[in-house]
Amino acid sequence: MAPRVREDENRSEPGGPLSSVKSNGKKKVSKNTGKKLVQFGSWWWALPGLAVVLAVHYIATGYGAAYAFTNFTGLGDFQWIGLDNFARLTQDPEVLGSISNTFVLGILYFLVVNILGLGFALALNRTLKTRYLLRVVLFLPVVLSSLAVSYIWKFIFEPTGPLNNILASLGLPGDTLWLADSKTALWTVLTVMIWQHIGIPMVIFLAGLALVPQELEEAAAIDGASAFSRFRLITLPLIQPAIAISTTLSLVSGLRVFDQVRALTGGGPYGASETLSSVVYKYTFEYSDYGYGASLATVFAIVLAAAAAIQLFITRDRSAK
Amino acid sequence: MFRYTKLSFLREIAVWIVALALLSPFYLLVANAFKSFEQVSMNPISPPTEYKFDNFIAVLTSQDVAPVFLGLLNSAISTTIGVLILIFLGSTTAYVLSRKASRLSNFAYYGILVGIIVPAQLAIVPIFVGARALGLLGNIWGLGVIFGLTLLPLAVFLYGGFVRNLPTDYEEAAFIDGSSRWKTFIKIVFPLLSPATGTVAIMGGLIMWNDFFTPLIFLNGSQSPTINLVISYWASQGVVTEWNKVFALLILAMIPITFLYLVFQKKFIQGFSGGIKS
Repeated sequence: MAPRVREDENRSEPGGPLSSVKSNGKKKVSKNTGKKLVQFGSWWWALPGLAVVLAVHYIATGYGAAYAFTNFTGLGDFQWIGLDNFARLTQDPEVLGSISNTFVLGILYFLVVNILGLGFALALNRTLKTRYLLRVVLFLPVVLSSLAVSYIWKFIFEPTGPLNNILASLGLPGDTLWLADSKTALWTVLTVMIWQHIGIPMVIFLAGLALVPQELEEAAAIDGASAFSRFRLITLPLIQPAIAISTTLSLVSGLRVFDQVRALTGGGPYGASETLSSVVYKYTFEYSDYGYGASLATVFAIVLAAAAAIQLFITRDRSAK
Repeated sequence: MFRYTKLSFLREIAVWIVALALLSPFYLLVANAFKSFEQVSMNPISPPTEYKFDNFIAVLTSQDVAPVFLGLLNSAISTTIGVLILIFLGSTTAYVLSRKASRLSNFAYYGILVGIIVPAQLAIVPIFVGARALGLLGNIWGLGVIFGLTLLPLAVFLYGGFVRNLPTDYEEAAFIDGSSRWKTFIKIVFPLLSPATGTVAIMGGLIMWNDFFTPLIFLNGSQSPTINLVISYWASQGVVTEWNKVFALLILAMIPITFLYLVFQKKFIQGFSGGIKS
């Protein structure tokens, strides 16, 4: 519990660690507001909000975890069946496949989207005349619905669609069934996830790069440091907070992928592109197997929490050095 | 050192080429929305030979599947309700908890923020069962309420960070002038919070408007779909997808959010890059 609270402390500042440099001075103002002299609102104003979060986030999550130990079907009575659901999922090839797919997508998405985002941020940082326009244009896909974006790409991947058309005109085999081939289905999902979200790490890194003092780089350049060593020794350490935010966000959102799977492949062919969130949906809401679905959701929640914790631990460790 | 040189110009050109290649799917979206079904199947890449709005008219006037206008209206209603809940509950909760410097209020504040990290998947079944008991299923107002309640921790986080950096001078002056607590909040604090309110409305609204999972669960099979449900009905209809019509529908669905994005692009980008700079 303790490390989690501390981590929240970082998040509580607007802009998180990114803007902490700026806000330090102002922060003292709110420190001496404990005096009884002035009353800032009434304590009970917070009650509705607290009640909502308690009910929707704490109690409902607790209930959800409890369902995992039952054979609840959504209606009527249910029995406690202990760890049967968890025993079942370790024998379920579709579920095991979805877990490994979730990890593959989460990790590759996290790596590629951050590297590309950093690349664009470095390319757009300073000098370029049209950098603001480029930023607006490159960020556009982020604000669109990922379902809508996935359907554009579904068309691109169609057997006689644009991708195969282009491949054929280049003299390459243009007959791959991208969405229906178990070798490629998962990669179509990954492609769409990355394509739509490059803008997010890009703007986070741009915000981080804006805080790197220009004089520092200039001084290093005058001292004869190469572009690469300036990047490695000055830029990279200074954008560490941006890296922490961007990697954590992208790892968790990569593991959560649902819309793209649903729109592009429906989890197919034969479960080849199923992910944890898509099997949770399938068992709970399509098969009404709430108990089993809840056990899958429990595994999913543990994976997400573990990923966030590991990520925060790694990035925290580096910045402490 | 950071002057605009010939090299910068070349870099500018290179970045534009990459950017245009990256955005080429939008070309396919627009080009194919103006073609006939045969043209789309025969020439998926070539530009349309003529610009006729047949597909748009067909999508807008269709009677057999979910109507587009109803979808847009429903998305707007549920998003508005959700955002209003976020603004009202988020601002009051975050204000009180951030201004009171007691251990209990700190504990409550961080307790709420933990809700951002807790994955929604575990809570969704009990919320579904609860919403069914309360008659909130298949109902666009109910969806708005569910949106508002589930995203509240995010709103408290965005407001809380802002309140903590807000000087207390104005409130103190109002207190000395004898203004009541509620009046001070409504007349003085809330207007000062407007940058945070903007971020809450944009981030919360964007999540709600683009959400597919929540309406899929809570509106399933109902007569009041959101725009994303309308899209999924159209795209999964029939054996062969009529991409020309689906693309016309996608364009119609993307227009409102694209317009808002172009108007408030700074605010959108700030929201994602994690800064509320007033």
